[in-house]
Amino acid sequence: MTLALFTEQLLNGVQFGVMLFLMAAGLTLVFGVMGLINLAHGSLYMIGAFLCATVAVATGSFWLGLVASLAGAAAAGAVMEIAVIRRLYDRDHLDQVLATFALILIFSEGTRWIFGSFPLYLDIPKALQGAVELPGGAEYPLYRLSIIVVGLLIAFGLYLLISRTRLGMRIRAGESDREMIGALGVDIRTLYTVVFALGAALAGLAGALVGAIQSVQVGMGEPVLILAFVVIVIGGIGSVKGALIGAILVGVVDTMGRILLPQFFALFMETSQATSVGSALASMAIYILMAVILAVKPQGLFAAST
Amino acid sequence: MKRETIINWILALGLLAVPFAALSFDEPFYITLATRVAILALAGVGLNIALGLGGMVSFGHAAFFGIGGYAAGILATHAFNQEPLMTWPLEIAGSNSMLVIWLVAIVMCAIVATVIGMITLRTSGVYFIMITLAFAQMIYYFAISWPSYGGEDGLSIYVRDGFPGLNTLDPMHFFMICYVVLMVCLLFSALLRDSRFGAALQVARQNEVRLASTGIAPFNIRLVAFVISASMTGLAGALFADLNRFVSPSMLSWQVSGEIMIFVILGGVGRLFGPLAGAALFIVMEFYLGGVTEHWQLFLGLILLCVVLFVRGGVVGILAGRQSHG
Repeated sequence: MTLALFTEQLLNGVQFGVMLFLMAAGLTLVFGVMGLINLAHGSLYMIGAFLCATVAVATGSFWLGLVASLAGAAAAGAVMEIAVIRRLYDRDHLDQVLATFALILIFSEGTRWIFGSFPLYLDIPKALQGAVELPGGAEYPLYRLSIIVVGLLIAFGLYLLISRTRLGMRIRAGESDREMIGALGVDIRTLYTVVFALGAALAGLAGALVGAIQSVQVGMGEPVLILAFVVIVIGGIGSVKGALIGAILVGVVDTMGRILLPQFFALFMETSQATSVGSALASMAIYILMAVILAVKPQGLFAAST
Repeated sequence: MKRETIINWILALGLLAVPFAALSFDEPFYITLATRVAILALAGVGLNIALGLGGMVSFGHAAFFGIGGYAAGILATHAFNQEPLMTWPLEIAGSNSMLVIWLVAIVMCAIVATVIGMITLRTSGVYFIMITLAFAQMIYYFAISWPSYGGEDGLSIYVRDGFPGLNTLDPMHFFMICYVVLMVCLLFSALLRDSRFGAALQVARQNEVRLASTGIAPFNIRLVAFVISASMTGLAGALFADLNRFVSPSMLSWQVSGEIMIFVILGGVGRLFGPLAGAALFIVMEFYLGGVTEHWQLFLGLILLCVVLFVRGGVVGILAGRQSHG
């Protein structure tokens, strides 16, 4: 394999990881602060993608679509929190799983009702079409590179938000002792809604960004949701730093595994057999990674100390 | 008789009555519907051992349901094509006998559940939910990307597997097989619940420290319960594959895990006949809502949401009142 191909695949892995981070950050914040497992996070990702595709087609501007997906997903998240999620904080995880599973059914079928079963397509904005030349002579799509940059900027922004602002201070306080910050006069209900909406906006943004490189369809959120679960289990639930490192680890291992494993088996097997063994193993690679990490550190790499 | 016992009898006899009524009204479709209920209830009875008795919220039981299904599909395919399953180190032929297939399904699920359980049971709470889900997903993707047995397209079972002395192609005979298996597993569950092992398992859920302080390791108890639970769900999977005469990766999908969990919760967590009540209600809702609107899943979601938010204890819980203990 040439260096150019290797670099390209590595970047693809990082891009995938950054996108997973946008999903995982919201999940891990919601779990860390509210102690809630939210399966319907994938629905917010789908809502973001559908809003972006619809608005982009209607107005002709990808950027307006992006704004719509951020605002719309945040609004959907806030409504969801106020109408349903709020009632689940005191329940056990089983009730949370079931209620948010019900929300998936409602959102997926509702979206199918409005938009039909056919996938929508979203074009890459003009300014970001084309490719950049990488050191080593490879060409890499500008759009995917932009996703990486946006994702890393957001990771940095989240870090600043959580460690430097009053809201971030409250989020951290909520993670460590929610009765105490309530007693100190912080309006917890509003704080919870804000955190949930923030996570929802990130998921919506991820959906919109990915919508331009994949098709936008019902059910697109759940596979990503499950990968995001793997990410936060690896990174340690409640840790945004863990989510970032876990996400990039998962993204790179998954992408590189799909390229490298079939080639590895081809060294001592027939090509067709190597492809099937390699691709089957590659599809399992991240779960094996997760199992290994859990065997060593059952609380994940960066468990929030509780 | 306790109120719950009466409800259990009504459920058991009610399910048995459906196919006979269907036969006398000449509506054979309802026999298949009742068979579906029996099989899915069995999957729920399996999960209920882990979830209801042991408090292990496994969101990955589709893995075992699917492995059971593939055990049936793969053995039947090899028997149909008269190809041995493997030739080295010893020759193993396929089989189209249900008894052999059930045994293989149970053993395979037990092996996989032991491995998954040893990793996942090191964790608890929300980690356990996510990790069981992740492992089920791993097996799902493996089934999709492994081309030998149909990959994404799945595997057809051309002739339904046989059972000594019965004609399994007769819907009534097949229903009776499923019904008897369900009842035997329910009886097994009841005996398990009331045994010393069952007591230990329930204490592991209620107070882990107390169990450990009596000298019983909670991990081992949970692992054994998880394996039993998985095997039972796997048996249901083998029957389900035979019912549809088809097995595909969709049996392994996370939605199936969610549905099995719904049967248990809808019926009442930890209630012996809860999964049967839940599966019956789910299938009936699916059938009638599906007849009214194409978008029945939306309404199913709304109903489910209301049940979780406003009704605690499931169907059996409402009808039979609070549990005396547990």
